Amino acid sequence: MDSKANPPAETSTKSITGAEIVIRCLNEEKVKFVFGYPGGAVLHIYDAIYKQNGFKHILVRHEQAAVHAADAFSRATGEVGVALVTSGPGATNAITGIATAYMDSIPLVVISGQVPVPAIGMDAFQEVDMVGVTRPCVKHNFLVKDVNDIASTIKKAFYIAKTGRPGPVVVDIPKDITAHIADFVYPKTVEMRSYSPVSKGHSGQIKKAVKLLLEAKRPMIYTGGGLVLGDGAEELIKLARALNYPVTNTLMGLGGYPATDKQYVGMLGMHGTYEANMAMQNCDVLLAVGARFDDRVIGNPKHFGGVKRTIIHIDVDPSSISKRVKVDVPIVGHVQSVLAEMNEILTQEKPKTNISDWWKQIGEWRLVHGGRYEQSSTVIKPQYVIEKLWEVTKGDAYVTSDVGQHQMWAAQYYKFDKPRRWINSGGLGTMGVGLPYAMGCQFADRNAQVACVTGEGSIQMNIQELSTCAQYHLPIKVILLNNRYLGMVRQWQEFFYEDRYSESYMDSLPDFVKLAESYGHVGMQITQPSDVEGALKEAFAKKDKFVFMDFITEQKENVFPMVENGKGLSEMELPKAKGAKQ
Amino acid sequence: MKHIISLLMENESGALSRVAGLFSARGYNIESLTVAATEDPTLSRMTIVTTGSDDVIEQIIKQLNKLIDVVKVLDLNDGKHIERELMLVKVKASGVFKDEMKRMCDIFRGRIIDVADNSYTIELTGSCSKLDAFIEAIDKTAILETVRTGASGIGRGDRILKV
Ligand SMILES: Cc1cc2nc3c(=O)[nH]c(=O)nc-3n(C[C@H](O)[C@H](O)[C@H](O)COP(=O)(O)OP(=O)(O)OC[C@H]3O[C@@H](n4cnc5c(N)ncnc54)[C@H](O)[C@@H]3O)c2cc1C
Ligand SMILES: Cc1ncc(C[n+]2csc(CCOP(=O)(O)OP(=O)(O)O)c2C)c(N)n1
Ligand SMILES: [Mg+2]
Repeated sequence: MDSKANPPAETSTKSITGAEIVIRCLNEEKVKFVFGYPGGAVLHIYDAIYKQNGFKHILVRHEQAAVHAADAFSRATGEVGVALVTSGPGATNAITGIATAYMDSIPLVVISGQVPVPAIGMDAFQEVDMVGVTRPCVKHNFLVKDVNDIASTIKKAFYIAKTGRPGPVVVDIPKDITAHIADFVYPKTVEMRSYSPVSKGHSGQIKKAVKLLLEAKRPMIYTGGGLVLGDGAEELIKLARALNYPVTNTLMGLGGYPATDKQYVGMLGMHGTYEANMAMQNCDVLLAVGARFDDRVIGNPKHFGGVKRTIIHIDVDPSSISKRVKVDVPIVGHVQSVLAEMNEILTQEKPKTNISDWWKQIGEWRLVHGGRYEQSSTVIKPQYVIEKLWEVTKGDAYVTSDVGQHQMWAAQYYKFDKPRRWINSGGLGTMGVGLPYAMGCQFADRNAQVACVTGEGSIQMNIQELSTCAQYHLPIKVILLNNRYLGMVRQWQEFFYEDRYSESYMDSLPDFVKLAESYGHVGMQITQPSDVEGALKEAFAKKDKFVFMDFITEQKENVFPMVENGKGLSEMELPKAKGAKQ
Repeated sequence: MKHIISLLMENESGALSRVAGLFSARGYNIESLTVAATEDPTLSRMTIVTTGSDDVIEQIIKQLNKLIDVVKVLDLNDGKHIERELMLVKVKASGVFKDEMKRMCDIFRGRIIDVADNSYTIELTGSCSKLDAFIEAIDKTAILETVRTGASGIGRGDRILKV
């Protein structure tokens, strides 16, 4: 840097504490919310927080929830989420949140306190090797051992978190470092010889890909979380419309293509639609966009690879390409820029083949299952609740979910037309994310409708956050699909363990209505199918109230279609004929 | 197949554990791993000997490149290269073994670097397979102790791994 140039006033301050430097860095990054929980090792930082008003600190009730909330804030906004925890137990409580974000490639900066530098390695009080413990589940991590390194490290942390394939970055700061004094200078840019993420794709490969697409007879577009993370939805819609090709989204990619569009064939994979899985299996040219051929998506890779098709794969992370499935045309680049380049070529060229037979075939597949379920007039069907939720919220809510059957029904029956509206844990499948995720979304957009679809098992894994929701007046609507079972586990036990429901029944549930009320929230219990719609309307009309809706649902409903573990995509299990609402 | 992977990384504490952790977390083999600072003290150079199918090796290279501290990765097997390893072997040098060990050491162009009453310590450098061959060639019952550094590798001629 030119030493004569005067850095702008706001990026340079003389002699402040490390803790104050941390705050100034977060201000420089324009952080709006820090989700955290105090403790000994971060007391200096909390004291500095007390004296500032650049961001709002949100006090959660458990560090895991702090990280989940920061994660959801990022998923909803595209900004880097920030969490702050103390050393030792605070840091280890954060791990599940960090691993969850890591598996779904969510950009986070997690700042953890550490014991003072001289105490490191002495088995000091509340000492845990945070850098060692988090290494396998972060994009990168740092231990800051000099107050003069705080600013440049935090700058790097944000840069690494949000560029390339995004991910969580941990910055571990010993307590004494936050008390030391230094001049604050926030670097303008980051130079790292060891890290230079690509953005533009290789033009030759892009041309080749477009040519293959134009010649396809049975084309298929398969998009994933990367399309959402890379804000590529607009370009994808343009491309798909220009080609008139079918589109499927992974669980992480829902909303990347409008679910109500006629070219959309639904989610694919283990619980994907019949038509999406059949089209995926039988296509001749497959365009994969920011999706990683996960085992829950393609089923048995041998079975999937048994059919000849040409695969084009766009991904920022070279290691996602040809990891599980051999790819013919790899394109390493950012979805947005690669798709834009493809669209540019497509302004001059049109498909060379007529694919009406392919569409006809897809139309036939659509009729096979078509999302049907057996309706009932006496007991609430979970799918029905989600259909009504979609109607009542006009398809415009942020829907967060926990993990289990309810998650799959939410994914199948809520038609997401926009990206960043479906917030769930796909890669790690973390029960307990639902409520903190809803908090993150509500902070991201105070006026939005936020629904947390959950199970009675999952909600109890972070139920303490009802208190946080009360403190910050978050008007979240909890949609509990209460089947009195760890339903997803029960379903597997029904299918693969001859109905031996080992430890999957949950006894001694709380009275959720009273529980919600004890925090000052509104509680409702709904037991009749005829009351579902009215109750949802009533709840969402309470615009400034947190409403906990306990829907007592069919106990042994199963999620269909289902591709059993080890089976091929086209070998789906469908509901028995008598069970289906024909 | 066996591959020798060379990499340059930031000479920072923890960098080694990131590489070692990657191999164990993803179930890749490590036959040997050597590391030391280069002439530029901010950089370390590591040589990893691993085995795997082409697909696995491709993933290993990609995953190594993904580590933030790793500056450059090179699969030496992609071209001509030289591999050297150092081994120290302490062998019995009494009775029949005395001449036998000296003879084998000469054949393999080793050096006896320590002579004690009943033992020699032999220093041997060469490719890993040459060192293996030495161990195969001498009488097993004569071996008291061995220590190997693991392979270091370098490309031939113009193949240079530098920042
Ligand atoms: C109970 C349960 C059931 C499930 N069932 C299903 C199912 O039926 N169907 C299903 O699809 N999933 C299912 N999942 C989720 C599954 O486990 C995976 O999490 C998910 O399929 C992965 O989605 P993805 O391929 O879109 O990848 P993601 O994890 O979203 O990865 C994104 C990819 O995009 C890349 N990327 C990121 N940013 C960019 C960018 N800017 N430009 C280009 N590339 C980028 C990344 O490198 C990565 O390769 C289930 C999960 C659970 C818990
Ligand atoms: C933290 C965690 N523990 C265990 C599991 C395994 N698991 C997956 S789904 C599930 C049952 C979830 O039950 P519930 O929340 O009631 O949802 P349901 O399937 O009944 O809709 C369990 C135990 C998990 N995904 N996460
Ligand atoms: Mg349940």
